[in-house]
Amino acid sequence: MKQMDKTRLPALFAATLLATTALVTWSAEAKTLRWARSQDATTLDPHSGNTGPNHVLGHNIYEPLVIRGFDGKLVGALATSWRVLPDNPSVWEFKLRPNVKFHNGNAFTADDVVFSIKRALMPAADMKSLLVSVEDVTKVDDLTVQFKTKGPNPLLVNNLTNLFIMDKEWSEANNAATPQNLKEKTENGATRNANGTGPFTLVSREPDVRTVVKKNDAYWGNAEYNHGITEIVYRPIPEAATRVAALLSGEIDYLQDVPVQDIARLQTAQGIKVEAGPENRPIFLGFNIGLPELRSSDVKGKNPLADVRVRQAINTAINRDAIQRVTMRGQSEPVGMVWSRFINGYDKAMDTWPKYDVAAAKKLLADAGYPNGFSITLHTTNDRYVNDEGIAQSVVAMLGQIGVKVTLVAHSLRVHFPGIQRGEYDFYLLGWGIPTFDSHYIFNDLYRTKTPSAGTWNGTGLSNAELDAKIDSLNSEVDTAKRNATIVDIWKWIKENDVYAPIHVQFIAGAMRSEWTIPTDVENTPKMKFLGASRS
Amino acid sequence: MSDPASKPQASAAPMGAIGRALDADLWFWFRSSPVAIVSAFVAVTLIAAALLADVLAPQNAFDAAQLNLLDGFTPPMERGMGSQMLFLMGSDDQGRDIFSALFYGTRLSLLVGLASVLFSLTMGISLGLLAGYVGGRTEMFIMRVADIQLSFPAILIALLIFGVARSLIPPQQYETAAVVVIIVAIGLSNWAQYARTVRASTLVERNKEYVQAARLMGISGLAIMARHVLPNVTGPVLVIATINLALAIIEEATLSFLGVGLPVTQPSLGTLIRSGQKFLLSGEWWILFFPALVLVLLALAINLLGDWLRDALNPKLR
Repeated sequence: MKQMDKTRLPALFAATLLATTALVTWSAEAKTLRWARSQDATTLDPHSGNTGPNHVLGHNIYEPLVIRGFDGKLVGALATSWRVLPDNPSVWEFKLRPNVKFHNGNAFTADDVVFSIKRALMPAADMKSLLVSVEDVTKVDDLTVQFKTKGPNPLLVNNLTNLFIMDKEWSEANNAATPQNLKEKTENGATRNANGTGPFTLVSREPDVRTVVKKNDAYWGNAEYNHGITEIVYRPIPEAATRVAALLSGEIDYLQDVPVQDIARLQTAQGIKVEAGPENRPIFLGFNIGLPELRSSDVKGKNPLADVRVRQAINTAINRDAIQRVTMRGQSEPVGMVWSRFINGYDKAMDTWPKYDVAAAKKLLADAGYPNGFSITLHTTNDRYVNDEGIAQSVVAMLGQIGVKVTLVAHSLRVHFPGIQRGEYDFYLLGWGIPTFDSHYIFNDLYRTKTPSAGTWNGTGLSNAELDAKIDSLNSEVDTAKRNATIVDIWKWIKENDVYAPIHVQFIAGAMRSEWTIPTDVENTPKMKFLGASRS
Repeated sequence: MSDPASKPQASAAPMGAIGRALDADLWFWFRSSPVAIVSAFVAVTLIAAALLADVLAPQNAFDAAQLNLLDGFTPPMERGMGSQMLFLMGSDDQGRDIFSALFYGTRLSLLVGLASVLFSLTMGISLGLLAGYVGGRTEMFIMRVADIQLSFPAILIALLIFGVARSLIPPQQYETAAVVVIIVAIGLSNWAQYARTVRASTLVERNKEYVQAARLMGISGLAIMARHVLPNVTGPVLVIATINLALAIIEEATLSFLGVGLPVTQPSLGTLIRSGQKFLLSGEWWILFFPALVLVLLALAINLLGDWLRDALNPKLR
């Protein structure tokens, strides 16, 4: 006994002391962030759905090689440095962060990067459009990876900010070696479980109800990003009024997707503050120009939307200022193209839209051979963008004034997005976030001919070989001036052809209880670890 | 009543059962009940307004081309920013005049209510008559299905039928089919009550001498059910139907409020309440308030009338 006491007592004392201090610091910093927004991620599989709601959860559990802060600036995450090889401009080299562990304790190595990028290029993945230029990924050593591109791609690193790295060993052991196919509604081991390297680890996941993550104590960046959050409870609340009521009653701390009608009220509410600003996301309408005959129209034997005058008529009949003033209550900026002022290739001089003019629109329709208009169905989400269904209803009313009778189908993004990707709609509403901050990302997904790896969100049927060649040339053009000239060229073509009718760039607003400061993220995917960085 | 001349005249009137129900006796009970008079007045006003929507409403609320987005969120008694039109009860988020929308919404709500009650009435009476008259396995089957039906809340059954219909009908046709679907959904969820009542009355009538006489004369079962039994079992069912009309209107509003009823481009009262609910806490109270008020008035008036009719036709309460 005595012997034991002598040896153990100091150790016991030290342990108690440690535990007590740990407990004290823990309780001083214990902070649960109860976070709500309008909709849930469709899956936790990081490569299955290239949509904002999926990346929001993804960024807190998984990590990409490089990440963007709230202001959109690139910062290293799993990569510490990156460069184009001086002797070969078609190869990017990434130095990986040492001593990083996945949530299950597995070490993070170059094998995981190679595995994840190849996984994201598989047919069922939705992230492959970001990787069109990638020819191969190879491991150089445990902490070095090289991306070989089809010709030089000076902007590759911009495309990797939402490409999350999974654990090779865990994925293979858990039926997650291939991405979940959302279009076919299958599930895999990564749909409801996750094993990332991110700042938070998954505790529980109930789709459409709540997802709980807790602080990852083994996170490599805990010292650098001292965010002080111990736990995040993420809840989708589809009803706008319920969501706001939950914040006002103290049931939640942070509300993403604040309904525009409630911003003014929340700003004056006690103990609550609102952060708002434009998102890097244009909202627009897509026309199906590729079909010989529209599925939902009374015009048979030809496709009215294939005539550019009809598309111009619709563009002219949309009163963007009214949508901004009434539907969005000022929380948007009208745009003349499917772009935003944040991206490379934006040109203020080209950002114009036809003046709202019912008579001119009617004339264009008559010139195209539809003096009495025609009927068509417009598909929209009702749970994705700010007031998406309201915008669509306004469009229905505005087109009614020029004789285009629009039937509105509003449904959840779970139905809407696969429908666009399968090219099932004649006329649809979509928003496009631009994570690469470069025009190419818009061209490649929305304007390029649909192939398994490009044009994945092009539901318009547009297929123009000349345009495709120009878009593809951007992948490998190293001369920035030449590349930008091609971008201008493509935008000019787009301006003349009106394949989409752009409406606006939406503002996003977040509301929070006053003890929190969560800035607006231009991509609307707030990465909570940066809260610590902005504080210190 | 004691006048011997008036009695044979009333029973000989060509109007038959309905005519007898409307004789001076019922009228007297009506005049002496202030509740009945007020609720009849409210119901008739609302029904008239609904029927004359095209004439009375300042705007066709179902025609999207007549809406001006710049009129959106105009408060009651103010002029819209776009059309300069006066909005008596304000406008909604799309610039739709709430006052006009009430006319059209009430019409749609009444249409759905009446049609679905008619649907369940026809179905319930036919099945109840069949069960009561034929008996045996047919009766067992029909009544057990009715029992199962009655063990679910009606709204749940309507939701189920609605979900099935929605997956069967392509979304493009959905908007036009919505009214029919909702009528069938509400109608199918309410037939059991009628079937039970009719079956009970049929069981009593089946063994009476006039039915046996008809059977001996060789008249077919179908004809006996329709010509002989039916007129004698409809009385109690019609009272249930009146009360159920209010319930059907509320059921439609509930479905539309849940977002599975009528589309926003053709708003019924329930759809209007649903779109108003979003803005209730944001200061735009009128979008929800007026449709809700009309719905309450309509349902209350019909309910009170139904209650009164039930009591007035019940000799035991006199």
